[in-house]
Amino acid sequence: MAKAKITFSDIEQTVNVPAGTRVIEVSERIGAGIIYGCREGDCGTCMMHVEEGWNNLTEPSVLEEKVLRENMASRHDRLACQAQILGDCKVKPA
Amino acid sequence: MSPAASVIARDRSDQDRAVEVAPGVHWIGALDPGLRTFDIILRTANGTTYNSYLVRGEEGVAVIDTVKAEFAEDFFARLESVARYDEIRVIVLNHLEPDHTGALPELMRRAPQAQLYISKRATPMLKALLKPRDDRPLTYKTVGTGDEVSLGGRTLRFLHTPFLHWPDTQCTWLAEEGVLFSGDVFGCHHCDARLFNDLCGDFRFAFDYYYAHIMRPFKGYVVDALKLIEPLPIKLIAPTHGPILRDRPRRYVTRYRELSTPSLAERIDQGERSLIIFYMSAYGSTARMAEAIRAGAEEAGGIRVSLYDLEGGEIQPFVDLIESADALVLGSPTINGDAAKPIWDLLSSLAVIDLKGKLGAAFGSYGWTGEAVKMIEDRLRGLKLRVPVAGLRIKLIPTDEELEECRDFGRALAGALVRGEQGRVIDFADLG
Repeated sequence: MAKAKITFSDIEQTVNVPAGTRVIEVSERIGAGIIYGCREGDCGTCMMHVEEGWNNLTEPSVLEEKVLRENMASRHDRLACQAQILGDCKVKPA
Repeated sequence: MSPAASVIARDRSDQDRAVEVAPGVHWIGALDPGLRTFDIILRTANGTTYNSYLVRGEEGVAVIDTVKAEFAEDFFARLESVARYDEIRVIVLNHLEPDHTGALPELMRRAPQAQLYISKRATPMLKALLKPRDDRPLTYKTVGTGDEVSLGGRTLRFLHTPFLHWPDTQCTWLAEEGVLFSGDVFGCHHCDARLFNDLCGDFRFAFDYYYAHIMRPFKGYVVDALKLIEPLPIKLIAPTHGPILRDRPRRYVTRYRELSTPSLAERIDQGERSLIIFYMSAYGSTARMAEAIRAGAEEAGGIRVSLYDLEGGEIQPFVDLIESADALVLGSPTINGDAAKPIWDLLSSLAVIDLKGKLGAAFGSYGWTGEAVKMIEDRLRGLKLRVPVAGLRIKLIPTDEELEECRDFGRALAGALVRGEQGRVIDFADLG
């Protein structure tokens, strides 16, 4: 299975994950600083900033785009409960 | 409301006058002396206040936060004693919880020209509160640190301070008067009609209690906010609950810094990790396991291991210890198919602390079923702890070989703690 590395820059931890893993699954287990609310892409609490590898996450859905807009997300912000890891990337709490 | 509280509630006075807290800055909030339980979970022995403020500039007036809906009448009466609705140019919402936005819809109806200012993370909450429709659109401005709005000779500057204690929270700084409108930060549930901290009764316990239940789970964010707040030349802190802090306001900022700084970190060596074992034991078997696990974990070096019998202590100090620990290990026998109650009492008391990044583990001796270990592990995972080593169960009295297994269990936990050091690449499969 394809692998990818995700780095949580706030805790300086890197995890090797199977491609397709959601960021939430990794960040909660590793203890990164991203805070979660509804865990289903609605509340916007888990907004994170993608520092590197923006294109290595799955495209945001229409619903995620709407929540990001409502939360005044900047260009490389995503919801950690929605984004799936496809290749190497580096993230931190937004 | 208790009978005593309702008597107090009837004795309220001065309901219709604003109180000047700084030149051109008035308190227009409401007193709720009868409240005994806030938000279901917080107790208060003398009620609370919903503080709202009005700032007058040369070119208009700003209202900062409102009050709980039931107290709107007091709020509007006080507002009307110092301003007209058509003078209101700005409404700032530092926090959108209903106890501060209850009077907002009516205020917007009375002052339709006023522009709303909210933090960047507040939009979904504002929409959920005000339910805009196509024929009734909502206009507002979102602001962050460095943004400001001028009232003519008076400037409100915004500080982005999220998660204190909701995603939307912010503070507002009135530089000309050195007033920090801090929202729930530096607040407490303490109702005293004398309003100012130098006139009120002793509310120190209420201040610490509020911090412990509202801000403590977000300590990291408190520290981030303090970086913005500490450099300000503060003359007065105007929070949304409790006394207005005009006498030595910096003491309260310092207190937040103290409460947000891990106390254990100052005492143990830099880089040393802390592992705490709590256990219950009916016949001494789980206790012997606990001691062997401690011995195994201590072999690694660089880890401070602590061992406590839950039967001999109160929950609250243990919660404080867990907050500063890197690993939490729980041992319980299985009694009638469940872990012992003190284990659950401890595990149900951890919502007030940040558990992110901690390791968890479970062990226990059992007589004939042994479900407790698995149940504790599930709960640890439910609390988002990582459980890197499978739980250890031993039937009845541990043999020498089984005690060696316990030492191995301790060694494995110590290894997981040390391996978790910064910079190393961890495999997803090892996250447990």
